[in-house]
Amino acid sequence: MACIEARGLRKSYGATVALDGVDLTVQEGRILGLIGPNGAGKSTALNAILGLTPFQGQLKVLGLDPWRQRDELMRDVCFIADVAVLPRWMKVTQSLDYVAGVHPRFDRAKAEAFLAKTSIKSASRIRELSKGMVAQLHLALVMAIDARLLVLDEPTLGLDLLYRKSFYDTLLNDYFDHSRTIVVTTHQVEEIQHILTDVVFIDGGRIVLNRSMDEFETRYAEVMVRPEDLAAARALGPIHERAVFGRSILLFDGVDHGKLAAFGEVRTPSIADVFVALIGGAHAQGVAA
Amino acid sequence: MNTLSDAVPDAIPQARVSAAAPTAPVRPLYWSLRRELWESRSLYIAPLVVAGLILFGFFVGVAHITGEVNRIQIDPDKRGAVTAIPYAMAAIAIMVTGFVVAAFYCLGALHNERRDRSILFWKSMPVSDLKTVLVKVSVPLLIVPAILFVVIFAVQLVMLAVSAMVLLPSGVRFATLWTQWPIFRMSVVLAYGLITEALWFAPVWGWLLMVSAWARRAPFLWAVLPPIGVCIIEMFAFGTGHFAHFLGQRLTGGADAAFSDTGPHQMIVDLAQIDLARFVASLDMWGGLVVGAGFLAAAVWLRRTRDPV
Repeated sequence: MACIEARGLRKSYGATVALDGVDLTVQEGRILGLIGPNGAGKSTALNAILGLTPFQGQLKVLGLDPWRQRDELMRDVCFIADVAVLPRWMKVTQSLDYVAGVHPRFDRAKAEAFLAKTSIKSASRIRELSKGMVAQLHLALVMAIDARLLVLDEPTLGLDLLYRKSFYDTLLNDYFDHSRTIVVTTHQVEEIQHILTDVVFIDGGRIVLNRSMDEFETRYAEVMVRPEDLAAARALGPIHERAVFGRSILLFDGVDHGKLAAFGEVRTPSIADVFVALIGGAHAQGVAA
Repeated sequence: MNTLSDAVPDAIPQARVSAAAPTAPVRPLYWSLRRELWESRSLYIAPLVVAGLILFGFFVGVAHITGEVNRIQIDPDKRGAVTAIPYAMAAIAIMVTGFVVAAFYCLGALHNERRDRSILFWKSMPVSDLKTVLVKVSVPLLIVPAILFVVIFAVQLVMLAVSAMVLLPSGVRFATLWTQWPIFRMSVVLAYGLITEALWFAPVWGWLLMVSAWARRAPFLWAVLPPIGVCIIEMFAFGTGHFAHFLGQRLTGGADAAFSDTGPHQMIVDLAQIDLARFVASLDMWGGLVVGAGFLAAAVWLRRTRDPV
């Protein structure tokens, strides 16, 4: 069964169209990266999926209408909608007590085991923790919930590199198990490229690209081309070209990797590079972070 | 570039076990209420502080007048009556404190979570907006009256014990103190008074919660200024004060609706003054409940649809 099924999903705020007819199917057991510049509609899409905002069009999450059946949906769906939204007045133990008290699928022992590996003290108030520790605590709470869908909207924004890396490593090693589905948005695309199974580019409220990572890797290829081969390589129709240290890197879509190998080493491009090629320079800053 | 297949191990035994684990029993309403008390400790701290001040003042006062009581010749039977006044004053002061704190609690209850964005955490839990709002309104309706009852009862008990220690040696019989200040009978009056007052204020709680869910900033001003504005407009436009009278009635009329024989300076001390029939028959009380429920429904809808601020 599809975990998320959207048909003609639309949402506008006054005259601003945030989602302009999105069709999207996410199967169970996938890790989907939703990539887009600021204001592309990522958060609106996630809010619709989480039943936080009404929408037009068809949308089913785990077979339920997220807006009308939100209360039911939240037993199987968990999300981190932003960094550091845990209430600052709460104590760490209270956050465990609370989630254990209201969530039927919360495994307290699992959360405590995870916290034991961090430097978070259970007697601390959340306001006393660093931003990275708050993110760790939130992840500990969320990972201990046996949810079928986990939505992460910029879960590591503003965290340093070490926290970001351990966040995704933990998620992948201790949480993901092929029966769960994860949808994640982030500007730090390179850091999650290796954990994704699917990637969706969204821009101006529309889906620009929707591929599994396997397809992504067979379709897109980049080659650092020697100057003398440049004309020949350009003849194959690269979708993007950039210069690094005086040499040209050409990005190809659907060109046979064997042909490209003649010009140099063929590599899988980063999602960010393909994003820039497809969505263009005007938005480049959006993913460059 | 590695692909998913080599990045994700195929079997993660721990996760599998937890996926099969049975769901734990939960008590969302109870824990949501606990969470309110964790956050708003002033709900019980403020009445306790006022209780402490009252007891301190009472000790000082008692120590001061002990000599006087012995010197002045008062009919021993009347000394008890004089001592009854501080009990009622203490009860009223603690009650007013409790309801004022409850009002500020309501103003923050649905606003603070949007301001600090923690609403995004609360909403990730399987607790519906309806349940959340009902738990929050149960604080002024049930929890605050319960806290006030315990605090006032304890304060009056201590005051009775202190009075007994001071007055008994001066010739007042304990039975006199007891009949003048029947603390256990009075506690029934107190419980009834607290419950009826909390219900009488239902539209106030509802209004404050609705404003709290609606206002982007300054919920206090949004809660207070529109009613004052209506009063002023009415005064200038029609030269009348019906709305102001109506508001005053709502803020001070609870005792009138629940007790009989309440003159302007009459203290409510007697079981005989309890008039449940009058309260239950009060259209104002029922009207207030209906309006309060309307405000609450609006608060639920607003919590569902409003974005964090």
